[in-house]
Amino acid sequence: MTTIRLAHLYPEYLNIYADRGNIAVLTRRAELRGHSLAIEAVSVGDALRPGEHDLVYIGGGQDREQTLVAPDLAAKSDALHEIAAGGAALLAVCGGYQLLGRGYRGRDGSEMLGVGLFPHETVAGERRLIGDVLLDCELEPGLRRTVAGFENHAGRTKLDAGAEPLGRVIAGFGNDGESGFEGCRVGRALGTYLHGPLLPRNPWLADLLLSFAIAHASGSEPMPLEPLPDRLEAVAHDVAAARARSRGGRF
Amino acid sequence: MSVRLSLECAAARAVGRLSRAAGKGGGTTLPGKLLWKLDPGAIDALAARLPLGSALVSATNGKTTTTAMAASILRSRHRLAWNSSGANLTSGVASTLLAAPDAELALLEVDEAALPEILRRTKTGVVSLGNLFRDQLDRYGELEIVAERWRAAIAALSPTTTLVVNADDPVVAELASDRNRVVRFGIDDPAHARVSLQHAADSKYCVRCGQPYVYDAAYVGHLGAYRCEACGHCRPPLDVAARRIELDGLAGSSFDLATPSGTARVQLALPGLYNVYNALAAAALAYALAIPLDDIVSGLEGFTAAFGRFERIEADDREVVMLLIKNPAGANEVVRTLVDAETPAVVVVALNDAVADGRDVSWIWDVDFEPLLERVERVVVTGERAAELGLRFVYGGLAESALDVVEPLGEALTRGLELVPAGGRLVVLPTYTAMLALRAIATERGLVRPYWERA
Repeated sequence: MTTIRLAHLYPEYLNIYADRGNIAVLTRRAELRGHSLAIEAVSVGDALRPGEHDLVYIGGGQDREQTLVAPDLAAKSDALHEIAAGGAALLAVCGGYQLLGRGYRGRDGSEMLGVGLFPHETVAGERRLIGDVLLDCELEPGLRRTVAGFENHAGRTKLDAGAEPLGRVIAGFGNDGESGFEGCRVGRALGTYLHGPLLPRNPWLADLLLSFAIAHASGSEPMPLEPLPDRLEAVAHDVAAARARSRGGRF
Repeated sequence: MSVRLSLECAAARAVGRLSRAAGKGGGTTLPGKLLWKLDPGAIDALAARLPLGSALVSATNGKTTTTAMAASILRSRHRLAWNSSGANLTSGVASTLLAAPDAELALLEVDEAALPEILRRTKTGVVSLGNLFRDQLDRYGELEIVAERWRAAIAALSPTTTLVVNADDPVVAELASDRNRVVRFGIDDPAHARVSLQHAADSKYCVRCGQPYVYDAAYVGHLGAYRCEACGHCRPPLDVAARRIELDGLAGSSFDLATPSGTARVQLALPGLYNVYNALAAAALAYALAIPLDDIVSGLEGFTAAFGRFERIEADDREVVMLLIKNPAGANEVVRTLVDAETPAVVVVALNDAVADGRDVSWIWDVDFEPLLERVERVVVTGERAAELGLRFVYGGLAESALDVVEPLGEALTRGLELVPAGGRLVVLPTYTAMLALRAIATERGLVRPYWERA
């Protein structure tokens, strides 16, 4: 079947919120459908070559690690734009989501330039936004589904007017704690603050990313993947969703 | 003591007795909470009464065990005010000082976030800093934030305070770089180094210049003999070291304890390299308090286990071994110890998500559970977030047929014991509140005594 070529950016720097859980889910769910994932770690100093990847993953790190990768990521900016424009799928979580926006302004006034793939800007806030989150998403027309995750970020991310969020906040803080938006979507590129990790308890989102990646690899339109039982996934989602409803979005 | 303080103390102690009488637990933090409400300065006054001052122990991992080991060494010489149940926030410290009016020395395990305030309020003679790992990011924020607070607190310390630091942790060792009175401890035995840094290793980049460290030996997480090839920063020389370490599975370990006052062989009744670090921290603390080497060795050898960290419970003709897990670095060492020993056939893993466990359960994905999953026959997952653990293990390669999901802790314990043959051993790996609940269940079943009734 299809070999999905995944570029995992800075795995040894940006790995704090269980990012490898997301990779494990993508791998297993691809394999259960007869596909395979070929994972390439692309780190500081490594070349990121457009056309060689169907899926790009960038995770979150602590401030120190993010500062260490930022200059290298800036050098990969053109390649990332080209990859996204070429229709490859992309998932950016937390720190990676911030770095793929236009920039980040710290509490000390320092400016970190971003890649500008997502139409947003981030400014560090005083208190960290920490807790369980539940989102209402409509990434395919007419198909509304929820995402349950956990957020922990000092940054307040403002989407440009008209930009598409990943979802609307049912419970939790989201991008900035006030807009009601969480994450951002540009074509097949998805960005979010939610970890937990994101994909194990939101398997539909993993499958959507895989369908984008398979479409890119095979040069066809995205097709839904055959369903899996996902019983534990559903329980985990429901428990996390209940947590968000009862305690998300509060300091 | 002032009249006001006496009255406050009397009232707070009475609350502790009421709490125990009402069966609400050990009453270990309630009196302190009340005292704290009545008079935040009371801790300063209570600590100032101690003729030998205070010795504090903080770390992400091992602080309860390290403090208990230090107590085992120190209590033959000094009357201690020791927070043995792990009540390590300001209220717990207040309760401990309140409950020990005749103490000579306070020996206090202190929460990482509470350390700056408690350093400020107690007359601290010695402070031991063990390690900093990623832990409960939902509560503490990032590791660097904790390090920064510690840095500021240390800068404000009297020059007569002795710092005991783990030289093998680059961030912690650096905290003592410009202090005069320092005791540095670490492991010096490359035979026990890991082949490579673990997935969740934290402080991998030079604290001075940001380049990746080269590890001549990595022992536990990012703890080890590191050096930066770019700027030359490296692990400082060790004052107190463990050499020629021998690990004997769950039965314990032994090592040469090298100190400036001599070297002696230590037989430890606790498993794993991480407990060698705890023993080193306790030994270095005792050394800083001028305790002779013979007393240090006998104190370490006489020590069995700290509350809930490593417990053996008899359950009729089976044995339950409970090992606390709470963050990636600690859990990795528990897994390594189990795999290095005779890997158990059945493991119960319990995940809760109360504040004391960490509301964010994503850390379970940063634990290297895979070596255990490859070897066990059956895993029972339990606790409020049992399904999350189930996903972690199934996506980590465990066959679904080898997984039982049993949310209620008591039922999971029963199920685990059913799966173990008579004479066998059930290993239970709980998070903090799951450990408390499982102990309560074991107590109800007549298997263990409550912690405040023990020595």
